[in-house]
Amino acid sequence: MTNINTLERDILGAVKAAPDEAALETIRVAALGKKGTISELLKTLGSMSADERKINGPLFNGLRDKVTFAIATRKTELGDAALNARLGNEKIDVTLPPRPEPHGSIHPVSQVFDEITTILGELGFAIAEGPDVEFDDYNFTKLNIPPDHPARQMQDTFYLAKQADGSQHILRTHTSPVQVRTMLRQKPPIRIVAPGRTYRVDSDATHSPMFHQFELLVIDEGIHLGHLKWTIEEFCKAFFEVDEVELRARPSFFPFTEPSVEWDLRCDRAVPNQIKFGQGNDWLELGGSGMINPRVLEMCGLDPDVYQGFAFGGGIDRLGMLKYGVPDIRSFFESDLRWLRHYGFAALDMPSLDGGLSR
Amino acid sequence: MKFTLSWLKDHLETDADAAAIAEKLTSIGLEVETVEDAGARLKAFVVAQVVTAEKHPNADKLKLCMVDDGTGAPIQVVCGAPNAHTGMKAVFARPGTIIPVSGEALKIGTIRGLESRGMLCSSRELLLGDDHDGIIELPADARIGEPAAKALGLTDPVIDVALTPNRGDAASVYGIARDLAAAGLGKLKDGSVKAVAGKFKSPTSIALNFSADAASACPLFAGRMVRNVKNGPSPKWVQDRLKAVGLRPISALVDVTNLISLDRGRPLHVFDADKLTGNLQARLASDGEQLLALDGKTYTLDAGMTVIADAAAARGIAGVMGGEETGCSDATTNVFIESAYFDPLRTARTGRVLKIVSDARYRFERGVDPEFVVPGLELATQFILEWCGGEASQIVVAGRVPDWRRTIAFDPGYVARLGGLDVPKAQSVSILKRLGFTVADGAILKVTPPSWRGDISGKADLVEEVVRLYGLDNVPSVALKRSNTVAKPTLTPGQRRTRAVRRMLAARGFNETISYSFIPRGDARLFGGGDDARQVENPIASDLDALRPSVLPSLLAAAKRNEARGFSDLLLFEIGVQFDSGMPEAQVTVAAGIRVGEGARSWAKASHPADSFDVKADMLAVLETALGAAMTAPVKAGAPGWYHPGRSGTLALGPKVLATFGEVHPKILAAFDLKGPVAAFEVILDAIPESKSNGKARSVFTPSPYQAIERDFAFLVEQNVTADEVLRAARGADRNLIEAAAIFDVYEGKGIPDSKKSLAISIRIQPKDKTLTEPEIEALVQKIVNAVAKATGATLRT
Repeated sequence: MTNINTLERDILGAVKAAPDEAALETIRVAALGKKGTISELLKTLGSMSADERKINGPLFNGLRDKVTFAIATRKTELGDAALNARLGNEKIDVTLPPRPEPHGSIHPVSQVFDEITTILGELGFAIAEGPDVEFDDYNFTKLNIPPDHPARQMQDTFYLAKQADGSQHILRTHTSPVQVRTMLRQKPPIRIVAPGRTYRVDSDATHSPMFHQFELLVIDEGIHLGHLKWTIEEFCKAFFEVDEVELRARPSFFPFTEPSVEWDLRCDRAVPNQIKFGQGNDWLELGGSGMINPRVLEMCGLDPDVYQGFAFGGGIDRLGMLKYGVPDIRSFFESDLRWLRHYGFAALDMPSLDGGLSR
Repeated sequence: MKFTLSWLKDHLETDADAAAIAEKLTSIGLEVETVEDAGARLKAFVVAQVVTAEKHPNADKLKLCMVDDGTGAPIQVVCGAPNAHTGMKAVFARPGTIIPVSGEALKIGTIRGLESRGMLCSSRELLLGDDHDGIIELPADARIGEPAAKALGLTDPVIDVALTPNRGDAASVYGIARDLAAAGLGKLKDGSVKAVAGKFKSPTSIALNFSADAASACPLFAGRMVRNVKNGPSPKWVQDRLKAVGLRPISALVDVTNLISLDRGRPLHVFDADKLTGNLQARLASDGEQLLALDGKTYTLDAGMTVIADAAAARGIAGVMGGEETGCSDATTNVFIESAYFDPLRTARTGRVLKIVSDARYRFERGVDPEFVVPGLELATQFILEWCGGEASQIVVAGRVPDWRRTIAFDPGYVARLGGLDVPKAQSVSILKRLGFTVADGAILKVTPPSWRGDISGKADLVEEVVRLYGLDNVPSVALKRSNTVAKPTLTPGQRRTRAVRRMLAARGFNETISYSFIPRGDARLFGGGDDARQVENPIASDLDALRPSVLPSLLAAAKRNEARGFSDLLLFEIGVQFDSGMPEAQVTVAAGIRVGEGARSWAKASHPADSFDVKADMLAVLETALGAAMTAPVKAGAPGWYHPGRSGTLALGPKVLATFGEVHPKILAAFDLKGPVAAFEVILDAIPESKSNGKARSVFTPSPYQAIERDFAFLVEQNVTADEVLRAARGADRNLIEAAAIFDVYEGKGIPDSKKSLAISIRIQPKDKTLTEPEIEALVQKIVNAVAKATGATLRT
């Protein structure tokens, strides 16, 4: 039996000392290979008596298992060591930049557009659209602005050249012709928001020859100024993401509304480029509005004794300038990459009411 | 509409100050733009006398002054003004005073070694004008130490109201006083005008000479002669008023018309009677008739315009501007005053066509009070007699006051129904009466607007009058009816699609831009536009004169601007309109993008010039995002002329082009002065068919349990054979078993005949109902090789 113990000690010692996988394999073959020392021992069991086998069987098999386990263990150790050595050599400079990927952005006008439609969609306003090149009739006459009315001077109009058929069209000066198109197409109840490009012959820090407006139109039985006020209040709270706003109403004049009202929002602009709502001593012009002039309803085929409605027109770019602190409207349309990156929004920052309009 | 506080108080009894008046005006719809209260603004500046002004010992152009501001010993001030001189009275700022032009407080300074303890001010420093040549010299009788504003005659605040076009009645100081009085701010003073008895019969007679259908052009024309006047400067108070509101005093006879126009909203004209030939008449102009107007320009008139003419020629453009040749001068001794009522729309048209902006047109086109034609004439007569002497003739009148009376049936409950404001009937009636309306009581009121409110035509107008005076802020908010179910989507499929494409492109790395719909005509021509029909008649700038026929020129111009700023690697896109003609609704919404440059340089990745395959991927991504499905229609070679003819493609459904893409033509890049390379895509979003949805459930998921097999082939084909032809032929070999076919290598060059290329494709075979045996696979492979050979003449590369 001494030689078994010796054998075990020798083999396990050799396994432990094996410097690499090749040496370990040599040891394995010498011990457990066909002609290996342990294999040879196991072969002797066959010629033993039952009693001898009872004693030696577990002994020899135990030895084989121990050695097998030791080799496997050592093999793992050697493998790990080799891997660690290799990994150690594979070190990289993790401060190097990754492969470049372009970073896209959403234009603030599109973002504000989505914010507006998200709010109004919840209030049941469908989005209506109309063309940029518009009939004079829809832009003016059907909105109760006859030719040569001084109100036409309120909006400096871009005219297109005369067409082959003698007609002459304009670039719409406001989104209000979408009102006309909607009323001519659809019977009340009407609840739409019409956003889009609008054009006026004007250019300075707060005016661009092209800008974006959105128009609210609500027509139903019994709609009155109080509904208009509520809608604007709720819209402002939701859009500017504040709990309270204070509105000031000023009587005004638009030929297509009667009474006409302009809305101002109380704000604090004491800190440059920062605006706070519901406090302060400044008033911010929000936009024009009013109850739809009965004559407009009539011209669009609706009975003003049955239906009443309100309209509101505001500037999308202007709201964006206020909310996100953009000083010059003309910069919106200059496509300056630096500006687009600075004021743009991430692709996945989709405004929602459950997740919030903005970060 | 500008006026001073004291002028307003000529017509309104009130203790209210400028601020209170301004607030009230805005709240009743007469929006105050500015209140310029120079007296308050310049409170800190005082009158001082320059006791001595000597040359500064250390500077040639500076003066050393001793100034007496009434507080004690003279103060030493260094002054650079050439006109500073001993004895003058000047405007003095003590140290600590905020100087308007800089917004900063004045400090005690040392200039060229001498202390200066204050400043003598110029107009510009006080923001009173641009004059910076010297300091203001005040009148010698100005009292030392009193506010400089008083000595400058600036104590009267000037209020500027932005009038809405409907309020012709408020285009006068009297009219504004009348509205304020109705709103409860003060009491309107008696504005009635006494008639001046004529001493003789007017030697000039007047007539209306219109056909019946044009009679409304001028229903009433009145006038009178004042003879033996002596024209000269008008009284100082008149000049002060005119100057305060920005008008230049000219002479008594001209100033009287300006004064009454501003004070009463009644435009008048004065002729030098001795320059007239025969009698006066109002008539329509004849086409081509010419007139030299008071602004020194000659206008060519048309038959839609009204003129005042004498026996020889037209002498004035009615309601717009008088004629130069018959105007009054200092030598005028006999004056004929004209006061008439001209049709608002015709006057507006005349002014617009002739491009004349005048105070008269401003008032006539908004509507003047028809009842004040003759009183206005009487008032002018009084002033002329008072200022210029002479004697007045009897009045001559042609026509009569146009009928302005109309009655509106008004249910007082309409105020609440339309205005949302519960105003008691009695209060509505009282408001209307205060505004000068006549109200006959009843369940339905009968309301007649006053002669000066031509803008009131219906019951909604009456609601506005009641609401604006009752106070718009009193209107309570009332919630819109809300659905008591979960809100439904409100975007149309097209709108959702546009939104998805926009966000997808941004996620792909594109920066969204928005650019003007108009571009330079030269650029438009490069993109198939620039025709007359798409020209803007009155562009904001000469290079923004054409509706864009494509979004690409906008993007290329943007790329150029960015390149000039040192950004030459760009991914830009815009979703916007392109115009196919100058007619409404001839526009389509396009998603267009450009890739410029080679991409950012990187240590880890080779960059490559933007090419057609980059933008082909973009184009397909747009189409597939919009469709919500794979785009299977084939791409054909070729695209419009602004693309590289050999490196561009078009994707169409039948005759309908959905998208084009490719490298931008080098000539286009040269035209935009772009270094490039630039590849571009245009997808016409409006042309993409709406996806047909068969309910929300997806088709049943049936993955095959059998192993898929990949086989690679390398075909030798003629150069002109396309990848698409090879792939379609391969797929067509067995549509049931072949799941996918893809090109993974294209090779031409060494080892390949010159006229040929090698296309390597990989085919994925997906058995559906059993595992394929080796012979079956071989048979399929042969079928594929045969199909490709038959369709394209390909041979298998060995």
